[in-house]
Amino acid sequence: MAHGGGGRLMRNLIEKMFMAAFRNPLLEGRHDGAVFPSPGSRLATTTDAFVVRPLFFPGGSIGTLAVDGTVNDLAMCGARPVCLSAAFILEEGLPMETLWKVVASMAEAAREAGVAIVTGDTKVVERGKGDGVYIATAGVGVLDHAGDIGPRSVRPGDAVLLSGDVGRHGMAVLGARESLGFESSIESDCAPLWPAVDALLRGGVEVHCLRDLTRGGLASAAAEIASDADCGIRLVERAIPVREDVAGACELLGLDPFYVANEGRFIAFVPEASRFTALAALRSVGVSADAVEIGTVSAGPRGLVVLESAVGSERVLDLLSGEQLPRIC
Amino acid sequence: MKYLDEYRDAATARRYARLIARRVTRPWTIMEVCGGQTHSILRHGLDRLLPGGVTLVHGPGCPVCVTPVALIDRAVELARRPGVVLCSFGDMLRVPGSRGDLFSARAGGGDVRVVYAPLDAVALAERMPDREVVFFAVGFETTAPANAVAVARAAELALSNFSLLVAQVLVPPAMEAILASPGNRVQGFLAPGHVIAVTGVEAYETLASRWKVPIVVTGFEPLDLLQGIAMVLRQLEEGRAQVENPYARAVRSGGNPDALALLARVFEVVPRSWRGIGEIPRSGLGLGPAFRAFDAERKFALTGTGAAEDAACMAGSVLRGIAKPPECAVFGTRCTPEHPLGAPMVSAEGSCAAYWRYRRPGVGVGA
Repeated sequence: MAHGGGGRLMRNLIEKMFMAAFRNPLLEGRHDGAVFPSPGSRLATTTDAFVVRPLFFPGGSIGTLAVDGTVNDLAMCGARPVCLSAAFILEEGLPMETLWKVVASMAEAAREAGVAIVTGDTKVVERGKGDGVYIATAGVGVLDHAGDIGPRSVRPGDAVLLSGDVGRHGMAVLGARESLGFESSIESDCAPLWPAVDALLRGGVEVHCLRDLTRGGLASAAAEIASDADCGIRLVERAIPVREDVAGACELLGLDPFYVANEGRFIAFVPEASRFTALAALRSVGVSADAVEIGTVSAGPRGLVVLESAVGSERVLDLLSGEQLPRIC
Repeated sequence: MKYLDEYRDAATARRYARLIARRVTRPWTIMEVCGGQTHSILRHGLDRLLPGGVTLVHGPGCPVCVTPVALIDRAVELARRPGVVLCSFGDMLRVPGSRGDLFSARAGGGDVRVVYAPLDAVALAERMPDREVVFFAVGFETTAPANAVAVARAAELALSNFSLLVAQVLVPPAMEAILASPGNRVQGFLAPGHVIAVTGVEAYETLASRWKVPIVVTGFEPLDLLQGIAMVLRQLEEGRAQVENPYARAVRSGGNPDALALLARVFEVVPRSWRGIGEIPRSGLGLGPAFRAFDAERKFALTGTGAAEDAACMAGSVLRGIAKPPECAVFGTRCTPEHPLGAPMVSAEGSCAAYWRYRRPGVGVGA
């Protein structure tokens, strides 16, 4: 690959690959940026960078993550994702067909999420200076409602709802890493979450807070919100669904599934009185068909998540100081 | 899930707790030897299901915790050498030596790789004949057979670019050192089921009769642990000191003869220094005469000698069951997983890390 110079090769790459895959009217403008009308009174924006290894794993790729990760951050603000930018950092020597597979998976994910990729950038770095492809995306979304969705809206008494089983994405990626010599059929849960959020909002639920359960998993997301909202959160271990193969793989590697990353799961904080309406709304949508209630918000202990363990005792779920590492024995 | 859910049943756990409460007439102190058991106890809050007089203290069975600083320094030294690929189990990477940890060696350009099985390191050596592949062989009798298989395989392939940095330790000599130490308060043991699945119960029977101490072979699930605790307490109350094995679904009393034969072929028993405890005679394994060519310490001139630990850290007392982590003056203040002073805080299996991770004042009291 010698496409980094900004010349004809780069232009070819943009025309033949990116334009072809992401085709939409704003991109057709072929300008340095995209200009679009603002359909709502409030907009949300977010950005994220993606460096996953391997590039492809069961249930997704770095391309699907780059789209879903950013549209999901918008959805967690209660915003309908509208458009994305995408910046590619490519390592010299990356096979063109690999890039094509990544781009095709991105285009597919964007279609599924209902967003347009409207502007982008490409840089090529020397061989050995990157892991094939890095992607950074930024997104813009529109808020069609007047609610204030975020940790400061969380109140004691709120119900905590979870959109489905946890731990699949992290274990799918781990299983795909040949260095672990660990094979599994676990597929990533990577998916756009806006339809689930949309269902909640359309159902008239006063949503207090939403958080996707990406790096650090359910436990870290809950711990962050307890800390930011300055209240306590009580979760019930038995109520939290973990698929059998995920639980087994975690057990084998000494990982706690509540700390394993997800890419298509979130928790919602809603008033206790509307929890059944909220669950029904979530269950009406494919991505959150298995939504469950997993706990409640309490006034204290402030800033802490307490898990009622399966055997009926209690423990704290706190942020980990680093990544979980497979244990020795 | 089969073999998981049935060992985490809340109703059965409560029945065990009631049984234990009825059985106990005076205070007892029991040690669970293995770090995996410590984590299970704290993760599931099992100690809080027990009557007040029963104290669980946490043993030295965390391989990361007891690996001496000098060996970590040597691993870091090796990782920083050009041409060397240092392979390790994941949770060794964060443990600080006196000159940084393996993570920082990697960040500084060293080739440090996490493997899940030692044979993966042998395969790496086969694929990269121009590099020296060193596997950091840490662990108890549970990891020793897999490490022995790796060395035997490397010998079979006549690989001259594969070696082991051996930090292999043995459980029974450590239990004996704890019983012999002047401040000992341990009256009964939950012995590590997975270790005994390899070695069998013989060495534990010697310990039980020599030191008049009950030992129950125990698993890692909540109900396994509660059952182990109930059986140790029953022996204590009845004045018995025997080895009992209720963990028969995983452990045969003779151990695993194939694994033992392989260990005898590849390794020999050597004295080992334990971080926080000191040197214990005949408490570890080193490569035997036929496999010395695979010993990284002989192959490379390594100089790491370790350095003194922080004086405020009570890791040594914690690892011997003399103190519990929250009794340490620096626990949770100067010493946290972000800034660990001792290995039991840094390792995922360490008892200080378990208390920090699962416990806070006022949470779960009376649960």
